Amino acid sequence: MTSTRTRGSRSPLASVGLHATLVVASVIAVFPVLWILLTSLKPAQHAITTDFVKEPTLSNYTYLLESSHFLDWFLNSVLVAGVTTVLGVFIAATTGYAVSRFKFPGMKPLMWTLLITQMFPMAILIVPLYNLMGQLGLLNQPVGLIITYLTIAVPFCAWMMKGFFDTIPVEIDESGRVDGLNPFGTFWRLILPLAKPGLAVTGFYAFITAWGEVAYASAFMVGDENLTLAGGLQTFVTQYTSNWGAMSAASVLIAIPAAIFFVFAQRHLVAGMTAGATKG
Amino acid sequence: MAADTSQSVVKAADDGVGNDSAVRGRSRWTDSGNTGNTRNTRNAGGLRRALATHWYAWAMVAPVVLVLGVIIGWPLVRGVYLSLTDANERNVARDIGARHIDATYEFIGLDNYTAVLGDPVFLQRLVWTVVWTVACVSITFVLGLTLANMLNRQFRGRAAYRMALILPWAVPGFVSVFAWRFLFNRDNGILNKVLDGGGIAAVPWLDDPTWAKFSVIAVNVWLGIPFMMVALLGGLQSIPGELYEAAEMDGASAWQRFRHITMPGLRTVSMTVILLSTIWTFNMFPVIFLLTRGGPGDSTEILVTQAFREAFITSPRDFAVSATWGVLILLLLMIFALVYRRSLRKQGEVW
Repeated sequence: MTSTRTRGSRSPLASVGLHATLVVASVIAVFPVLWILLTSLKPAQHAITTDFVKEPTLSNYTYLLESSHFLDWFLNSVLVAGVTTVLGVFIAATTGYAVSRFKFPGMKPLMWTLLITQMFPMAILIVPLYNLMGQLGLLNQPVGLIITYLTIAVPFCAWMMKGFFDTIPVEIDESGRVDGLNPFGTFWRLILPLAKPGLAVTGFYAFITAWGEVAYASAFMVGDENLTLAGGLQTFVTQYTSNWGAMSAASVLIAIPAAIFFVFAQRHLVAGMTAGATKG
Repeated sequence: MAADTSQSVVKAADDGVGNDSAVRGRSRWTDSGNTGNTRNTRNAGGLRRALATHWYAWAMVAPVVLVLGVIIGWPLVRGVYLSLTDANERNVARDIGARHIDATYEFIGLDNYTAVLGDPVFLQRLVWTVVWTVACVSITFVLGLTLANMLNRQFRGRAAYRMALILPWAVPGFVSVFAWRFLFNRDNGILNKVLDGGGIAAVPWLDDPTWAKFSVIAVNVWLGIPFMMVALLGGLQSIPGELYEAAEMDGASAWQRFRHITMPGLRTVSMTVILLSTIWTFNMFPVIFLLTRGGPGDSTEILVTQAFREAFITSPRDFAVSATWGVLILLLLMIFALVYRRSLRKQGEVW
């Protein structure tokens, strides 16, 4: 990439302006997150004060783990998001490969379907899916939510996987064919191992999407121990009571794993996404 | 090995963001156009031959086609059907204890549509949804572009700023929204405490219709900037530096360089992120639902939260009307996508 770009050197005034703007923007970006972190370390009864932490305490965290259903919610979320990710990526990978490599009748409509379903508002599917899950007895069950989340994950994973397969040279497939592998063999033995970073990123994205989903989770899961994190967090801050201490501690525990993964994956996330979107 | 491939993925993807994707897109289109033609010319016996040549591909896409058909296609058809009935909580099939009650709702044609479209509420929601989408996307784009341009320069501390600015993206959306609710708290939130310190009266961030609208937009912009900024930064980095050098030699001002090199260079990536974020914002459920619940009153309710409210919050739950709102939202989005694509085509951009 372009490392040395010589431009007219900045005047000191422009330099100050640049740094001032970026400092202000960074503070706005970081402050809410930092504030929640600080709040989570204050005693619950002081949560809403504007003092900085005077007597740091982990009491909010112990309350959360011992006296609330936080662990249930956390495990529900891990289960739902994890299974969704594995199933979604698994089903979508072959499709991504097929639309990347072959020209076949029905390909164009399929690509369009994948693209259009990505802009489906949940509003159109939520009622039929709710009724369907009700009839199958899957409301309040992780399985129901997993099936529902596949509607979000599959089109999106297939689209992103296509973008990644497009970046793997076709010569590799050809050499596989020359060696006598059929298309499935080529895909399984040669291309899939090369696409591991792509699989990881797609999987991460599917995981985060399911981890942060609110609408289906709010509608389908009721009862304190069946909730996922998105629903559980809502119970701390209702219209009438607000347990801001517990809320802030829960926020920190939910955000940390996501943030750690994110730091590793963020470069590839944008690349994969915009590649998938622009190469249609 | 893994590192190598990931590198190449990024590089190729970065290229894709830049100029070559338009070319790629075009060649793909003509390719598939050709297959369409050859398919038409060999009708007789073509099916068996097609099966022989394409069964690999078809077998590979079969799982997704199946899954999409069952869990998206069927509910979609069912949703459209429900919107033509009077289904609600009281007349759908349900089990009360061991007793099973069959559905008793009836087909009522387009009555739901005339009712929803005839209700001034629809126009209100639509206008606010459009205002919300346009405001969010344009503000996010302008701020994202500004920050991306700043970060694209050489200066000390660049990596640290970049890290700080993408932080909101690393936090799950619903967590951030709750954090903001905490900051916006009327009596004890830090924002009002700070204003109070400056001698300014407390602002009813979430309790006054106008301020609530301002607040939801502000939060959504805050959430959206990192993606916008990083995507545009990728686009900026794919513009060759020589172009800027040449322009500078010719005496082009900073504004001229931005206008004639940066903006055209960013075209493809801007088109994509604007389309994506428009669709996302139009359907942005969590920000509004978690921050204001559509309130105060119904002043921040957008189309999507309205559809959710009909089916899951009002009593009795009205499934048919909710489905009607859903179908209308989908139609609006599809019209938008078609118009958008057509306008790109007119400008010679095949997407």
